[in-house]
Amino acid sequence: MGGFPILSVMLLVPLVAAIACLFAEAKGARIIALGATLINLALGILLWAQYDIGGAQWQFIERAALFAGFNYALGIDGIALLLIVLSVFLMPICILASWESITKRVGEYMAAFLIMELLMIGVFTAQDIYLFYIFFEAGLIPMYLIIGIWGGTNRIYASYKFFLYTLLGSVLMLIAMMWMVNQAGTTDIPTLMNYDFAPEAQTWLWLAFFASFAVKMPMWPVHTWLPDAHVQAPTAGSVILAGVLLKMGGYGFIRFSLPMFPEASAQFAWLVYILSMAAVVITSLIALVQNDMKKLIAYSSVAHMAIVTVGLFSFNVQGLEGSMIVMLSHGLVSAALFLCVGVIYDRLHTREIDRYGGLSINMPKYAVLFLLFTMASIGLPGTSGFVGELLSLIGIYEVSSLVAFVCTIGIILGAGYMLYLYRRVAFGVQKNADAAAMKDINLREWLMLGPIAAAVLWMGVYPESFLAPMRGDISALDARLARATPEGDAKLVVGTPRTQAANEMPHVGGTHKEEAAGGAH
Amino acid sequence: MDYGISLYLTGPEIFLSVIGLIITLIAAWGGDKSARLCTILAVSALVGASAMTVNFLVNPAFELGGDAFGGLYRMDAFGSVSKLLIYLAAIGCLIVTPRFFDQGKEYKPEYPLLIVFSAVGMGLMVSATDLMTLYIGLELSSLSSYVLASFIRSDDRSAEAGLKYFVLGALASGILLYGMSLVYGFSGSTSYLAIRPAFEGALGTGALFGVIFVLAGLAFKIAAVPFHMWTPDVYEGAPTPVTTFFATAPKVAAIAMTARITLDAFGNQADAWRQIIIFAALASIVVGALGAIGQTNIKRLLAYSSINNVGFILIGLAAGTVAGASAMLVYLAIYVAMSIGSFVAVLMMRDKDGNQVETMADIAGLSRAKPMLALCLAAMMLSLAGIPPLFGFWGKFVVFQAAVEADMVVLAAIGIAASVIGAFYYLKIVKIMYFDEPADVVTGENDTSHWAVLAVTAIIVSPLGYLLTIPLGALADRAAEALFFAV
Repeated sequence: MGGFPILSVMLLVPLVAAIACLFAEAKGARIIALGATLINLALGILLWAQYDIGGAQWQFIERAALFAGFNYALGIDGIALLLIVLSVFLMPICILASWESITKRVGEYMAAFLIMELLMIGVFTAQDIYLFYIFFEAGLIPMYLIIGIWGGTNRIYASYKFFLYTLLGSVLMLIAMMWMVNQAGTTDIPTLMNYDFAPEAQTWLWLAFFASFAVKMPMWPVHTWLPDAHVQAPTAGSVILAGVLLKMGGYGFIRFSLPMFPEASAQFAWLVYILSMAAVVITSLIALVQNDMKKLIAYSSVAHMAIVTVGLFSFNVQGLEGSMIVMLSHGLVSAALFLCVGVIYDRLHTREIDRYGGLSINMPKYAVLFLLFTMASIGLPGTSGFVGELLSLIGIYEVSSLVAFVCTIGIILGAGYMLYLYRRVAFGVQKNADAAAMKDINLREWLMLGPIAAAVLWMGVYPESFLAPMRGDISALDARLARATPEGDAKLVVGTPRTQAANEMPHVGGTHKEEAAGGAH
Repeated sequence: MDYGISLYLTGPEIFLSVIGLIITLIAAWGGDKSARLCTILAVSALVGASAMTVNFLVNPAFELGGDAFGGLYRMDAFGSVSKLLIYLAAIGCLIVTPRFFDQGKEYKPEYPLLIVFSAVGMGLMVSATDLMTLYIGLELSSLSSYVLASFIRSDDRSAEAGLKYFVLGALASGILLYGMSLVYGFSGSTSYLAIRPAFEGALGTGALFGVIFVLAGLAFKIAAVPFHMWTPDVYEGAPTPVTTFFATAPKVAAIAMTARITLDAFGNQADAWRQIIIFAALASIVVGALGAIGQTNIKRLLAYSSINNVGFILIGLAAGTVAGASAMLVYLAIYVAMSIGSFVAVLMMRDKDGNQVETMADIAGLSRAKPMLALCLAAMMLSLAGIPPLFGFWGKFVVFQAAVEADMVVLAAIGIAASVIGAFYYLKIVKIMYFDEPADVVTGENDTSHWAVLAVTAIIVSPLGYLLTIPLGALADRAAEALFFAV
């Protein structure tokens, strides 16, 4: 780690580039933004390479007492590391996605995106609870501007909804944070993670944090801002929204709600289960009847995030690891799906599914990539979606068979709406002449979708690369949660191995029982 | 006490008064042509008074403050910090004023004169430790304000604002005086130091009425709900630089005065006044936020915004602790910067003939015509809404932190939830400037004095402002401790 403050540099690069973008011409701003995000990607890879798996829980720690009441304290564990890598991986892709489609006020647009990157990395690295809050909340401003200035027709309504919904959720969390700091006497997140608050207080604190994270996540029924925001945001905005911003809710649960309030988490697990089950089924059904591609994918995001929440609140290692992988996988896959929508939207300027059809004939390369991401979203083995969903569902199955059953239904429904979408867009006859005349994807689009496809397959085939950095942190969290873990209904026990071969035929009369027992090879 | 020391401790006020009298003479003989000279003189006088105040703050000999004129007036860190804010706000307002009046050639030397006398009155208000000093200071500053509100004689709205302000202000003064007489009657003294022990234990009905009437009178001065009705009309009608002044300096003075009287004189009756303050705080937050939503005039909207902000400041007072008083001062300081910034930005909106633009429709798409101006105003608005990383968040943060530390979690939760309502209309301005199609009304040029003031406030409001948290917090803590030390 040395003395090189890599995390601060990762925050500084986008900041400097953002200021430069504000004063640059359109062309210059694009290049500055791409350069800055690529530098950050390189730094992110360096971070991953330097991260000492199995070493100290918190690494790359930086600390400075700059402000009254809180510190400038940064540091990451394995969980934060992966989310940071996800963010820096998606950012250059977002810039590429807006390369041609954004033509007005390019400098400001790029600046807003770079500030977003700064804030996202800040959220995942902050080790001071107030610093976390500042980064967490500040993300509202650039996102508000991105939706409001460069969004679609109904953008104003969507931007207000996004802003006010998330703000209301967060301010209550701020009061809870103040109470906690007052009680524990520290703003240091690692210390607070091991501080035992009184169980009665935990109830209220948990609810305040829940108000914020549930909106960010988003959980049913406070998810309604998401489809509006997604549909109205430009493609890159949707990518960042789905890819990284939604992860802040999950990150919040895993960093705050679970370790800081284990008892309250167990107490409210039923609430999370009910909301998640409702989300999985209801939003999947809603997704089935959508005519707007982006809206469909937005609803599918809500369903996937519900799998994340049940996994998190299963209080065991499988569930926690599974939800982390679902978050990473969803970050890649939904980002890729929004990009796929963006690719054809740029050509035809409509998101209506019926306006397309038979794209596999004139856009075969596009159809292959789109199919890959569709399958990954469904959770086909070999893709990242499978690993995460399987682990999450195993985790929740240990706690409640019913929840696992309902969530699995959601996955079947997921296959339904995704395949239905794919059939309507890519297969069938080319009923619209303009859609049939569209060109296949170009080099820029390859550069956007190719790396994501590779990452999706990597995570699906060899998830160990992603599980290894966070293994220690997940088991630490599991140990912290052990005292509050709810008793599951599965009651799994290791059975005694049966003595005879499974295909042994019972003999008539049963006289050879002992002989048969001894004869099991 | 030695007379010389008394004069020395009241130095800033005496200095300002003398300069004020000199300006009067210059104005009498020099006529309108001397307006510029008088403005420069007034600004230098305020700078000089600030320097004296800073001397009181940093000079170790005055660390504990001191009483002047037999306990009528007290110089301490609390008064000094408040005065510094008042003087700085007054300087900011004077700098941006002359350009505003260029158009109608109505700028007169009386304007800086009135500001100076108003500053003297406000200095007395925040340092008063006797009901009589308080009243004299209050009236001196109010009378100057009434005239300032109606300064454009050719404008009906300005005259109406002045008259409204005067009638309602006189009514409030009456209520305040009535409350003071009751307090005097039941405690036997007008001095805070004597009232405090007299109001120990159970409070009689008469004395309670006294407390309530005093607080009602003060609530009028700080424009807290339910005594806020005059604010939108006066803010809209008064010339914009005067509105800038009203929204900043007198507000600081009135709030600091309220803090001193509640925490010192009525310090033993915290439960009696706290309910009033809590009600006023929450009502101000909600009414200020809801009232602003339907406004189409920016100045009216900012008037409601100031009502809304007063609510947050009062939450710090309601905590009734050192941390609460300190938080209140921090909020006030940030609020002054944000208010001056927003009003200066409004001042800078001119059409091509140089006339002022005030309606929301006219600033549509401002971000394309005047990107820097729009950026600054957007930062002010989001900061007023308390969105991090802008500095306005810090003000809300310390205030609510003080409330939580004082075990008023419910108050804090309700207050902060209500702040989301306020966020709506601040966002609306950002939306109009950034999302809407340009109206191309605001095209006029601006001079450097406006830009300078706007730049200074914008830097304070930007995330760079957080670097101020340590010195600002230390100063406010010292001031708040001084307030409690006097007891």
